[in-house]
Amino acid sequence: MPLADTLNEARRVMEVCNACRYCEGYCAVFPAMTQRRGFADADLEYLANLCHHCGACYYACQYALPHEFGVNVPRAMADLRADTYEKYAWPQGLGGVFRRNGVLVSLVLILALALAFALAAAFISPETLFTAHRGADAFYAVVPHAAMVGAAGGIGLLALLALGLGALRYRRATAPAGRGAQRAPRLRQALADTLSLRYLGGGGDGCNDRGEAYSNTRRWLHQSMLYGFALCFAATCVATLNDYAFGRPAPYPVFSLPVVLGTLGGIGLLIGSAGLFALKFIADPAPAMRRMLGMDVAFLALLFLTALSGLLLLALRATPAMGTLLVLHLGIVLALFATLPYGKFVHAVYRFAALLQYAGERADGPNSNGD
Amino acid sequence: MNAPLPTDTVLSEHATDMPDVLVLGGGNAALCAALAAREAGARRLLVLEHAPRAERGGNSRHTRNLRCMHQQPADVLTGRYPESEYWDDLQRVTGGATDERLARMTIRASADVRDWMRKQGVRFQPSLSGTLSLGRTNAFFRGGGKALLNAYYLSAERLGVEISYDTEVLDLEIEDGRFHAARVRRRGFPERIEARTLIAAAGGFESNLEWLEEAWGPATRNFLIRGTTFNRGAVLRTLLARGARRVGEPDQCHAVAIDARAPRYDGGIVTRLDCVPFSIVVNREGRRFYDEGEDFWPKRYAIWGRLVARQPEQTAYALIDAKMTGDFMPSLFPPIRGDSLRELAGKLDLDAAVLERTVADYNAAVRPGRFDAGALDDCATEGLDPPKTHWARPLDTPPFHAYPLRPGITFTYLGVGVDERARLLMDDGRPSANIFAAGEIMAGNILGRGYLAGIGMTIGTVFGRIAGQEAARHAAS
Repeated sequence: MPLADTLNEARRVMEVCNACRYCEGYCAVFPAMTQRRGFADADLEYLANLCHHCGACYYACQYALPHEFGVNVPRAMADLRADTYEKYAWPQGLGGVFRRNGVLVSLVLILALALAFALAAAFISPETLFTAHRGADAFYAVVPHAAMVGAAGGIGLLALLALGLGALRYRRATAPAGRGAQRAPRLRQALADTLSLRYLGGGGDGCNDRGEAYSNTRRWLHQSMLYGFALCFAATCVATLNDYAFGRPAPYPVFSLPVVLGTLGGIGLLIGSAGLFALKFIADPAPAMRRMLGMDVAFLALLFLTALSGLLLLALRATPAMGTLLVLHLGIVLALFATLPYGKFVHAVYRFAALLQYAGERADGPNSNGD
Repeated sequence: MNAPLPTDTVLSEHATDMPDVLVLGGGNAALCAALAAREAGARRLLVLEHAPRAERGGNSRHTRNLRCMHQQPADVLTGRYPESEYWDDLQRVTGGATDERLARMTIRASADVRDWMRKQGVRFQPSLSGTLSLGRTNAFFRGGGKALLNAYYLSAERLGVEISYDTEVLDLEIEDGRFHAARVRRRGFPERIEARTLIAAAGGFESNLEWLEEAWGPATRNFLIRGTTFNRGAVLRTLLARGARRVGEPDQCHAVAIDARAPRYDGGIVTRLDCVPFSIVVNREGRRFYDEGEDFWPKRYAIWGRLVARQPEQTAYALIDAKMTGDFMPSLFPPIRGDSLRELAGKLDLDAAVLERTVADYNAAVRPGRFDAGALDDCATEGLDPPKTHWARPLDTPPFHAYPLRPGITFTYLGVGVDERARLLMDDGRPSANIFAAGEIMAGNILGRGYLAGIGMTIGTVFGRIAGQEAARHAAS
């Protein structure tokens, strides 16, 4: 559907909702909606990214199909959300990658694996790759330190740049100007809403992750993944610090801080990504957006593979399999980094921006915007 | 081979399998009855819902709250709403067309229904934006009536209540006030279902246009029905034909003035228009016919359906000017706009000269005052008939906006008589041996006229529970 159509559908649906308002108790979208009488494109893009796709409003909707109004807020919002990912992607021409995201991510993964093995092949002999290494610097015997840091760091920084510029473009288009004051409390509110995943809470009993019944399963799985991701990131930071500040390169003992953080994080990622993947297939397809499916699955698969290869590497690092696993893990991580700004991960950036804006609107009181 | 037959076909054949309770209807009252009967120990329970699953729940899915008595602030309810005030409100709106004993019993029972509802999975929320006037008296369902129904249905399925969708009641076998069996059409196939007790909770007849026409005449053709197409009154009509006592009048219904562009059925809440008190309302002749600013809209919208029904073509137009566009809840359909009254009259197909005259007379009669949408302000007309007693401001700032109005029928009051144990009363005043009634089908006992927001759901919940308990007790005896 062209962008104009998704915007029109979102607008049509919001106009029905704003005359009804029964769903105000579910999430932030509806209170934000009631602060507006009309819906400009920017308003709709903001509401679309504020929507957590919990599904509660769909099951509560007296205007859902077979009603002739055919209201399906989660689907309309997901559709528009996917459009905003394309629209605000940086560089601008790369928006199209969101369309066949599953294919793209798979290709990037293959390329990254090929690159990792090519690097390994270029620098070391096959014997080195398939021999057990022990002691300090064991990993770097397989993939040289500079290559590893260069590849991961370089791609990581590029990803951060693309994500940051995308977020900036989004904020500029959707957030009203002149809201500089009281940044700290808003940031705190948005962080609290993110860390508790408040709006998959459906107002207390969880969301409709499978059908008409409320459940907190999806919320728990998502947070298992979010905190798993955070722990893995923390493990990387601690390890980097160890390496550069204290001159203690990897690998580290099992009960060292980076390994414990990484292991817990990896387990969280495995549980979260596998669980969310399974939920996709048992959930009611009615409120879902098929267009998002490739993107969702690709990202979940990458996270799962990252965690799995990392944990296997830890378990088998004293064996001759270490070399192969290290190169595999490195390739997967490279693919993950490279696709962060061009896949499902961007939802975190735009969602947070929307939550930040909502925290501001709430602080300013009702009817402060567009009324 | 002794493979068990599907339950569908053995339903009526074996007395051991005979349902303790057969519930007709699938809305709030029906589900409350089924759940309460289960809690009270009824074994086999069968609920017959005319609608398919996706459209289950009758008009309950368009509701959003119920009116509760309370002595002090309680969860989502502010202040206090004692029995005396509740009763006064009810007596005022019905003009005495109520059974005080049943009404007071319902009011008292409304105080503690919320805990039971929560137990069944219903969740509440503070009153919605734009409904602050109801924050003290009415408890809002989180997500509205359909979310409430989802909770009840989930609860019922969990408790083993059988629900048969697409099942229309054709006739009831009733002898001397005793129910024997229902003749139904289930997914297209005729079937006879026996049961020990019957609970009739199948709503009113508001979607039966032919029946409405018997009471309202040809005007019915311009009525819009705000709810389900399934409330055709078949159960009500059958009970009346089998000797049940009739309560209320067929022309009594909750009729609201709604947007004339609403769908013929099922438009629900979004078709309402809150602009009337700030507007002037003219009929097809371009003339005003009632004081638009008589009182706050929540206290007046229930009379405007009848007012519009009495106008030519059952159509009227609420007119506002540019300065009034933000004073009311946004509505679903955009207003019809005109840069001048003449242009607007053209779009509405009204006589432009008459409309200009009506507005000029009104503008000339408006006395200066201090406009306050949140109070009965002092903006009124002087020497105008009919007057506009509040929120009267001249219509002088183009563009002018018009919202077309038509009567929207929400529910009907004609019903069957019940006693305080929800037993169906027969013509001779004796209660039926094994038939109970709950919800809209008997609401006329309490709300014989007028309207009080949220009381329909209160009646349905309270009588649904009583009917369920009584039916379970009767089936066990």
